[in-house]
Amino acid sequence: MKRLLEWQIAAVKSIREETYRTKTLTLSLPSWTAHRPGQHYDVRLTAPDGYQAQRSYSIASEPERTGEIDLTVEQLSDGEVSSYLHDVLVPGDRIEVRGPIGGYFVWEASLGGPLLLVAGGSGVVPLMSMVRHRRAAGATVATHLLYSSRTPEDVIYADELHELQAAGDGLRVIQTFTRAQPPNWTGYARRIDAAMLSEVAAPLGRKAQAFICGPTLLVEAAADGLVEAGLAPERIKTERFGPSGGTA
Amino acid sequence: MTERFVSRGFLGKHRAAAAANRVPPGQHAVDDFPVLSAGPTPRTDLEKWSFSLEGELAKPARWSWAEFLALPAQEFVVDIHCVTKWTKLDTRWKGVSVDTLLEQVELRPTARYLTAFSDGGYTTNLPLPDVVNGQAFIGYEYDGKPLAPEHGGPARLVVPHLYFWKSAKWVRGLRLMEKDKRGFWESLGYNNHGDPWKEERYTGD
Repeated sequence: MKRLLEWQIAAVKSIREETYRTKTLTLSLPSWTAHRPGQHYDVRLTAPDGYQAQRSYSIASEPERTGEIDLTVEQLSDGEVSSYLHDVLVPGDRIEVRGPIGGYFVWEASLGGPLLLVAGGSGVVPLMSMVRHRRAAGATVATHLLYSSRTPEDVIYADELHELQAAGDGLRVIQTFTRAQPPNWTGYARRIDAAMLSEVAAPLGRKAQAFICGPTLLVEAAADGLVEAGLAPERIKTERFGPSGGTA
Repeated sequence: MTERFVSRGFLGKHRAAAAANRVPPGQHAVDDFPVLSAGPTPRTDLEKWSFSLEGELAKPARWSWAEFLALPAQEFVVDIHCVTKWTKLDTRWKGVSVDTLLEQVELRPTARYLTAFSDGGYTTNLPLPDVVNGQAFIGYEYDGKPLAPEHGGPARLVVPHLYFWKSAKWVRGLRLMEKDKRGFWESLGYNNHGDPWKEERYTGD
């Protein structure tokens, strides 16, 4: 059978530091295909003796940007692939990838809304692709992004999220900080729980489509909380992200 | 033949387990037990739980939770491989072999494939030869404790020689079929068979 997803060698166009633990790689793809926001790419590293390691990384960019993709990568302690991407890879390098992959945890403007996005830590990456696509497509569906971070320094895409919300096209970004909060912070300062979800989800009604991405405990708590808040389980899509089994 | 691509400056730090020939290509061994599900974790009351065999059988079969626990159980120590690239070695389970279940029914000769179906609507498809002869079981204990809901409890199918999405969480039965029918992930771009040693990850691999 034909391999439908061919490996291809991308060029590293640029690398941007997002936070002290995350970097965004912009890759130019010789064989670019429009992705569906929420999808991921596989990255494969090969050592001179043939040893290989693979990981999956969510696409952060919107499909309207042709010919290239952004992958935002969190550096894990002792991460074999993430450490390479953070510490070794430089613009001009080449890297083997294949994708886009995944057909369930996806949203595009034609699917409408309202949209409830729940992110923990680097779980915001595939949701960012959705939010950027929403903007690029000129969609105005009511969208709430509930984003949990440990501290203000951990917030990925902080400035861009601020600008996107300021555009006033129906996107609301609601943040919670679980360990340290910005000065004079009056917003949420705890882990995502049922009460918080119900406050954030209520204005969107029962027809909302929910996407939750983050560490396991956050995803479990958020999915349970939304079911409790009355959202039908089939409207809740989940994806685990970051160090397996860890906590946000 | 094209020259193999080499990643500049990549040496590979985590070779130990791979070198032992127990970690399939593109996988890496982990110590924890990651959780991956497409939606909320279903929670079914054990009083209402049952396990069914249906489809191409002389007569369908159904067990309540108490009846299921009374079936002959075995201990299994297996390596599991998730398509998201992690492998966990030496996982310890207790459960009922699919062989044991199939001994309780009479298969029609037309039974060649099966669909495992779960609470929450998840399905996955397998050829019958992939689940017999000690290759698959319904696990309800993990590491000496009842299987946790986020890992598929009260019971999940475990087919360790295929990628772990074939090991349906919250499994409620097996439907024997004459023709193959793609399940949830198999309809969404993932491989129909899923052999980790052949890297059958996605459609067409």
